[in-house]
Amino acid sequence: MIEPTSQPQSLPLSGVSPDEYANLSLWGRFNHWLEKRSALVLIMPAILLVLFLSLFPLVISLFLSFSRFQFVSGGFSIRFVGLANYNKLLFGSEQRRLLGDFGTASPPGFVLGVVFLLVMIVMLVQYVRSKRFSWVGLFFRLIAILFAMALAVLCIVTLGEDGIPGALVVTLIFVFAGVALQYGIGLGLALLVTQNIRGKRFFRIVFLLPMMITPVGIGFLFRMLTNTIVGPFAPLWQAAGLADFSFVETATGARIAVIIAETWQWTPFMFIILLAALESTSHEIVEAARVDGAGKWAMFRSIILPQIAPVSFTLILIRTIEAFKIIDLPNILTYGGPGTATESVTLYAYNQWRALDLGLSAAIAYLLLIVVTFVAMVYVRIIRRRVVVD
Amino acid sequence: MLDRFFKSPDPFRPSPARLVFTYLVLGFWTFVVLFPLYWLFITAFKTPVDVFTGPKYIPWVDFQPEMFAWNDMIVDTGITFITRPYSNTVVVGLVSSLLAIIIGTGAAYALARFDYRPKLAIIGMFVLALVLSVILVGAGLPWYLGVGIAMAIFFAVAYTVGRRFKGHMGNNDITFWLISQRMLPTIIVIIPIYVLFQQLSLLDTRQGLIIAYMTVSLPLVIWFMGDYIRNIPLELEESAFIDGASRYLVLWRIILPLCVPGLIATFLIVLVFNWNEYIMALFLTRAEAQTMPLLVAAQNATRGPQWWNISLLVLLMIAPLIILALVLERYIARGLLIGAVKG
Repeated sequence: MIEPTSQPQSLPLSGVSPDEYANLSLWGRFNHWLEKRSALVLIMPAILLVLFLSLFPLVISLFLSFSRFQFVSGGFSIRFVGLANYNKLLFGSEQRRLLGDFGTASPPGFVLGVVFLLVMIVMLVQYVRSKRFSWVGLFFRLIAILFAMALAVLCIVTLGEDGIPGALVVTLIFVFAGVALQYGIGLGLALLVTQNIRGKRFFRIVFLLPMMITPVGIGFLFRMLTNTIVGPFAPLWQAAGLADFSFVETATGARIAVIIAETWQWTPFMFIILLAALESTSHEIVEAARVDGAGKWAMFRSIILPQIAPVSFTLILIRTIEAFKIIDLPNILTYGGPGTATESVTLYAYNQWRALDLGLSAAIAYLLLIVVTFVAMVYVRIIRRRVVVD
Repeated sequence: MLDRFFKSPDPFRPSPARLVFTYLVLGFWTFVVLFPLYWLFITAFKTPVDVFTGPKYIPWVDFQPEMFAWNDMIVDTGITFITRPYSNTVVVGLVSSLLAIIIGTGAAYALARFDYRPKLAIIGMFVLALVLSVILVGAGLPWYLGVGIAMAIFFAVAYTVGRRFKGHMGNNDITFWLISQRMLPTIIVIIPIYVLFQQLSLLDTRQGLIIAYMTVSLPLVIWFMGDYIRNIPLELEESAFIDGASRYLVLWRIILPLCVPGLIATFLIVLVFNWNEYIMALFLTRAEAQTMPLLVAAQNATRGPQWWNISLLVLLMIAPLIILALVLERYIARGLLIGAVKG
């Protein structure tokens, strides 16, 4: 399937003449083959593993998502049902749980939606007037804008008055709020630690620790910490008159608790790499700018930020992709509750799997894949061109 | 006087005012990080009474630390209650991370040094063959027959018709394809893997978990190590080839020693993911191969909120990783930065 075209010239064993080859032992011939085919031998294990445990399951999942899976006496039956699962999720009985209850947009939400739409239109106009314009590009951009608007409207409508956000919107909130907080705090801490101060090493090590802890453990840890009766902050809650209040029993409180726990765990990842990036930025330029009398903000904006932009781009991409898969934290911290207030898409799919509705579970997973791929592609398309100078 | 507080005498050191601000913020975050860990630690030494009669902060002052939870979890419940999941986590975590590093680094090296030209048409045929096999199995054939027939057709067509097509992809496409596997939500692949492992009797075994973890770790390894290896100049290898070294010897003796910081950082990251992995273990194990995250997660259902016991389990589980992080801290940032910086 994959044929290497260029072999390095100076391979010692591939230079064996036919006569010599005939005299080789079986082991020698095996070595000869191993060397001649090293390009394939090195890459095939990875390709085969990913093929059989990623691509193959992906195809099966697609098939499952179009079918109804049932356990019958002595085994199971799979019946092809077309788009019924997707129909149920997007328009039918499961719509409430995946997408949420539609309310009416609140005024700030409405304004936000209009601004969002205007930004899209401006970007589209810029594209049409630029040199890179092509009809195919325009077509894909129009589809992307429709999809993005659909997601934006969904968020605005379900978060507005009388609306209840579903698993998809909740996951989007977790991802965007979580990643933004992690990056912001991580960058702030990294900027402070790069200064010429004492105790650098101490802060580096301490700030790294939360990343090592299992999300399941963090779930329990924050259950203890947010307890208003026996948790460590109980006196504070009582002083504020909130003794009967429980974080994990109100929808907003539970979501905030999940975001805080997620931020606590993953800020170290941002911090440690941004710190290394900041420390490797060129000191000459910074010093030159300082001599020229550049202010703190101007220095950060036009000298430091461009240097760490490529790393930031990759970091945010990694964290966004990983954050979409969130399941263990809400599952332990809030059990997805109260009700389904903190149910992420993956948790929803898992709950459906436990209810033995494998077809629906696979369909949910596929919808998540579509959203993740879309967000990642749009992010790469829009941001990469601006920050990564090749 | 006040001026001296806001202006630094030495241009390379922050001014005193800035220093105060810096230490306040960093001190606050140190508290944010360490306090939950401190609370976890002391809760593991509390008795139920100490936990439920309101918050107790300082051992020997507020409460008398006791080995109540240790006794309860380790002596009363039986030592295998902890040792079995613990050894599973250790073995599965270490072996899968190590294998992922070996296979992933090999692939990353190959992608950096060889040119691959997989033909588009053959890839398309392969995907079609996969679809065909799924349809055959769905139609009622046993899985080995379905897959076998589809693969036979694929090889027959690929080696006759497939060679005529010209369009091909390059190394960047392969790399992107491998790395993009990380984007797949675990839940999407885990249901078929569950069925597959059931057929191969790999459910609830360490081997099954190792294979699964290895696969999901590969993209990260290829991503991080790929850029690391591309930064190593070719000349180093070429001189070795002229001296008659084989490809594998060069990889082992020249490339790997230069990658040590990257290897350590990548290993640690992958190990953290595999050590703490939850959802795949949830699907693929029952009792025999149960790992620590599952044991911890199950506590609330089986025992109610026995926080002293849960704290102890979490503490035991995270201790090795924390020690490892303290020892290897130097390598993490440096190793990851070179790998991730180019994206």
